Amino acid sequence: MYDIIIIGAGVTGCAVARYLSRYEGRMLVLEKAEDVCCGTSKANSAIVHAGFDAAHGSLMAKMNLEGNLMMPQLAKDLDFAFKMNGSLVVCMSEEDLPKLRALYENGVKNGVKELEIVDAKRLHELEPNVSKNAVAALWAPTGGIVCPFNLTIALAENAFDNGVEFQFNTEVTGFTWEDGYWTIHTNHGDFESRYVINAAGVYSDVLHNMVSTRKLHITPRRGDYCLLDKNTGSFVSHTIFQLPGKLGKGVLVSPTVHGNTIVGPTAIDIEDREGTNTTAEGLNDLIEKAGATVENLPIRQTITSFAGLRAHEDHHEFVIGEAEGAQQFIDCAGIESPGLTSSPAIGLHVSELMRNLMGLKEKEHFIATRRGVLDPKTLSKEDYQKLIREKPAYGQIICRCEQVTEGEILDAIHRPLGAKSLDGVKRRTRAGMGRCQAGFCSPRVMEILARELHVEQSEITKCGGASRLIVGTNKDKLGEVQDK
Amino acid sequence: MEKRELTCIGCPLGCSITVTLENGEIKDVSGYTCKRGHDYARKEVTNPTRIVTSTVRLTGSTTGAAVVSCKTAQDIPKGKIFEIVAALRQVTAHAPVKIGDVLLADAAGTGVDIVATKNVQ
Amino acid sequence: MRYDIVIIGGGPAGLSAAIAAYDAGCRSILILERDVQLGGILNQCIHNGFGLHTFGEELTGPEYAARYITQALDRKIEYKLNTMVLSISEDKHITAVNREEGLIEIDARAIILTMGCRERSRGALNIPGYRPAGIYSAGTAQRLVNMEGFMPGRRVVILGSGDIGLIMARRMTLEGAKVLVVAELLPYSGGLKRNIVQCLNDFDIPLKLSHTVVNIEGKERVSGITIAEVGPDRKPIPGTEIHYDCDTLLLSCGLIPENELSRGMGVDISPVTNGPVVDESLQTSIPGVFAAGNVLHVHDLVDYVSEEAAAAGRAAVRYLSQGETAERHEIPVTFEGGIRYTVPASIDPKLVADDLVLRFRVGGVMKKRVVKLLLDGDAVLTRKRPVMAPGEMEELKLTKDMLDAHPSLTRIHITVEEA
Repeated sequence: MYDIIIIGAGVTGCAVARYLSRYEGRMLVLEKAEDVCCGTSKANSAIVHAGFDAAHGSLMAKMNLEGNLMMPQLAKDLDFAFKMNGSLVVCMSEEDLPKLRALYENGVKNGVKELEIVDAKRLHELEPNVSKNAVAALWAPTGGIVCPFNLTIALAENAFDNGVEFQFNTEVTGFTWEDGYWTIHTNHGDFESRYVINAAGVYSDVLHNMVSTRKLHITPRRGDYCLLDKNTGSFVSHTIFQLPGKLGKGVLVSPTVHGNTIVGPTAIDIEDREGTNTTAEGLNDLIEKAGATVENLPIRQTITSFAGLRAHEDHHEFVIGEAEGAQQFIDCAGIESPGLTSSPAIGLHVSELMRNLMGLKEKEHFIATRRGVLDPKTLSKEDYQKLIREKPAYGQIICRCEQVTEGEILDAIHRPLGAKSLDGVKRRTRAGMGRCQAGFCSPRVMEILARELHVEQSEITKCGGASRLIVGTNKDKLGEVQDK
Repeated sequence: MEKRELTCIGCPLGCSITVTLENGEIKDVSGYTCKRGHDYARKEVTNPTRIVTSTVRLTGSTTGAAVVSCKTAQDIPKGKIFEIVAALRQVTAHAPVKIGDVLLADAAGTGVDIVATKNVQ
Repeated sequence: MRYDIVIIGGGPAGLSAAIAAYDAGCRSILILERDVQLGGILNQCIHNGFGLHTFGEELTGPEYAARYITQALDRKIEYKLNTMVLSISEDKHITAVNREEGLIEIDARAIILTMGCRERSRGALNIPGYRPAGIYSAGTAQRLVNMEGFMPGRRVVILGSGDIGLIMARRMTLEGAKVLVVAELLPYSGGLKRNIVQCLNDFDIPLKLSHTVVNIEGKERVSGITIAEVGPDRKPIPGTEIHYDCDTLLLSCGLIPENELSRGMGVDISPVTNGPVVDESLQTSIPGVFAAGNVLHVHDLVDYVSEEAAAAGRAAVRYLSQGETAERHEIPVTFEGGIRYTVPASIDPKLVADDLVLRFRVGGVMKKRVVKLLLDGDAVLTRKRPVMAPGEMEELKLTKDMLDAHPSLTRIHITVEEA
C-alpha cells in the first residue's frame, strides 16, 4: 500500500513528486512511457513565462508568477540549464496598441516586476532583427528559457534520491475505490494507494472522468515547432512573442538555453492524444507567421521539426485539487502553457495540500540538491584534463555535433532513473540533438547502451516500446521478405 | 523478334538503347550515340555481368568486427547474383582476414572466388 | 606539440594530402582522425567502382582506402586515432581530445582541412509526420549493414536518388530487404547512371522522379510512408499520393561539407558550396590553411578527392618553404551559362606551380553544350559536352603553358554555351 501514487512522469508529476519527497511516506510515480519527460514536457517552447499573459485572478496566473520566481533558485539547486533572457511581446500596428497596454496592465496586476512598454527605437536596440514594421513591445526582463528535459529529469532524480519510487511502461486502465483507498489497475497489475494524484497530461481528463462526478474535457492542442541550427544562436537574444492581433495568436521566436533558435508553436486542436505528427500545413503556417515579426528568419537552418500536445482544458485554467465525488483523488489537470513555468509552484502547492490533507511529516534528511550530467565543456582545461585522466571515457567524443563524450553518456545511463533508449540518452546529454540529428552517433550510442545495459544491440530502442532500431542481421531473412 | 530496352551507363547522357534480337541473335541496335553505347548494349544483352559486393560473418576479431566486406574476384553472370548472396549466408570468416583472402572458392558454381576486401584484425 | 603540417581528418583527402606533403619533402606531419581507423567513410563503402582513374582498376572503398593507408604507413606519417579536434584558432593552434592523452594542444605551421561532409537529415528536409524509429540517413544505414552486419529494416522506401541512396537500395536488397521505391524530388536523378541501372533496374526497384515524401506514419516504428508527385514549384500535387506499407525510410538527399571547425577559426565559407573559398593553392582565406576533398565541395568520385588533396598537400609544403606571399594578384574566376561555382574561386597566375584543375558544377541538366575557358577573352580550351548535370562535377585543366602565354592576364572566364 502506497501513501500516494502520482500518475504521469511529466514535468508536473515529477515536480509534485519532488516537493512531496520532502515528507515522510511511501510514494510511487506511474508512467506509461519508458522514461520521464515523454509527453508534453518534451515538446514545448521551453519558455519560463514572466506571467503577464494569464488572466488576473486565475490559478494559472498565480502559479505562473510563483513558478517564475522559483525557477532561478531551483535551477541552481537541481543543476539544470536556465537563463533569464527576458521576453518581448511585439506589437505590429498602432491599432493594436491598446491590447499591448491591456497586457501590460494585466501583468502588473499579476505582480510581474519590471514590465515596461518600449517604443520601436528601443525595441530595435534590444533586438535588431525584429521587423522594421514593429511599433512597440512589452518588455518583460523576468521572462526566461529553460531546458525542459533536464528540468523534468532533475525533478524526478531528486524525488528518487529522496525515496520516491518510479515505475515505467505502466499504463493506468482504471480505478476501484474501496475501504478508503484506491486500487489502480494497470497493464502491469494493480497498485494500492491511499491517495492518487492525476498528472496525466493530455490523458488527465480520461483518468478524472473515470472517478469524478463532474466531468472534465481536455483537447489535445497540437503545436508544431522548428528548431534551428546553433549557428543561428544570436539571431534573437530575447524571446519574441507576437501580440495576438489580426493574424491570430501568433508564434514565438526564441533562443534556447543551448544556443539554438526555436520557432513555434502552431495551435491545432486534434482528437488523437498521441497525434504528435507534424503536418505540411502546420509547418508552412508556422514559417509564414514567424516571418511576420522578425526580419530574414534563417528558417533554412532548420535542423528538426517536431510537434507537442498541450492539454487544453475547455476553460483554459489549471484544474488542481480534489476531484468532485472522488475523495483522495487529486487532479493536476489542464496543465498547458504556462505549465512548464508553473511546475515548481504546482509541485509546492500540491505537496502542501497533501501535507494538510494527510498530516504528512517533514523528512529529517531531505536532499535538496541534485547534480546533473557533468558537461566537460563547462570545465577549465586543467579540470577537464584531470577528469580524462581519472575517467578516460570523457576523452572520447561520441556525438560530434554537440561534442558529447562517452563519459557523459555513461553517466546518463548509470545515474538514478538512467537512460535506456537513444532518446533517453539524447534528452540527458544532447547526444544526437545537433545538426546531423544523430546520423553519426546513433550506431555508437546504441553500442554503448547495449554494452552497459547488458542486452543485445537489437534490443535497443529509440524511445521504448516497439521503437526498435535494428530488425535483424544481414541475410537472416534472405528471400523471405516479399511484396505484401 | 524480341526488343530489349536498355539505359546506357557509359555517361550521364543515359541514352535509351533498343536491341532487337531474333532467336538470341542481335539483329539491330539503335538509340546509342557513341561506340561505347553500342558495345555496352551488345554485352548487356548477350552476357550481362556484375561484380557482387557483400559481407560475411566474422568471428575472432580483436576489434569486435562482426562482419567483413567481400566481393566476387571477377564479374559473374547477372542472373547469379542472388545465388552468390545465398551462398555467402553459409560462410563464416575467422579473423585476422587480409584483403584478397579467399573466403569462398567457386561461389555458386560460377568458378569465381569470393575474396575479402578489408584487412581486419 | 608542434608540427609543420597538421591534417584534420584521415579519410581519403587527408591521407592523400599527407602522402603528397611527405613526398614534397615535409617530414613533420600529423593526421588527426576522429574514428577508430584511417580511411574515413570509404571503410563503409564496400561497393566497387573506386579507383578507376587513380589505379586503373575497380576497387571497393576499403580496398581503395587500404592502398592510401599503406602508403601513409610506409612513410611513417604520424597519426592519432579516436581523436576529435575541438577547436582551431586563427593562428593555427589546435585543441583536440582523446582518451589516452586527454586534451592535446598542437601548434601547426600549416593546416589542411579534410573533414569531409555529412548527410542532410530528415529534420533539415522538414518532412512532415511522426518521428518514429526506422528513419535513417542512407549513410547511417550503410554503416549498420556494411560494418556491423545489422539490418535497419525489412521494407524500405528511399527518398533521394543520390549515389549513397542508390547503392543502399542494392545493398539492402542483397541482404534480404525489399526496397519498394526510390523517390526523387527533382525531375532528374542526382546519382550516376551506372548506379541507376545496376542498383535499381537490376532489381526492378522503381525510381519515381519529381516525387517526395509527404507523410511518415508510425508512432514507435515507421509503419507507412506516403509519397506524392511534385509540380514545377516542387510542391506536392494533391491527389497524386501513393502509400507504401514499410518499416524504414532511408534518406539520400544531399551532402553538406562539415565546416564547423573552419567557421570557428574564421575561414570564409562559400554560400554555394558550403565549403571554404580557396585560391589556386587550395588555400583558404587564412594564409597557411588549406582545404581539399568533400569539406571543400562535395565530389562524385573519390579519385578526384585524392587528386585535389594531393595538390593541397604540395601547396602546404610550398607555403612552408616560401612563407606567406606578400604580393598577391588574385584574379577571380568568373563564369556564366549555368555554372554555380568554381574551385578554386580565384587564381594568382604567378603562384600556379603545376597544371591547375578547375572544378565546377552546373545548376541544371543541359544538353549539347560547349564549355570554354577564356583567358583575357582567348578561348584556350573548348570542350563539347553532350550533357551536363548538377550531379556530375566538371573539370577543366588550366596548364602552366596557357598561363605563360598570357603574361598580363586580368580575366579568367568560363562559359557554357549551346553547341
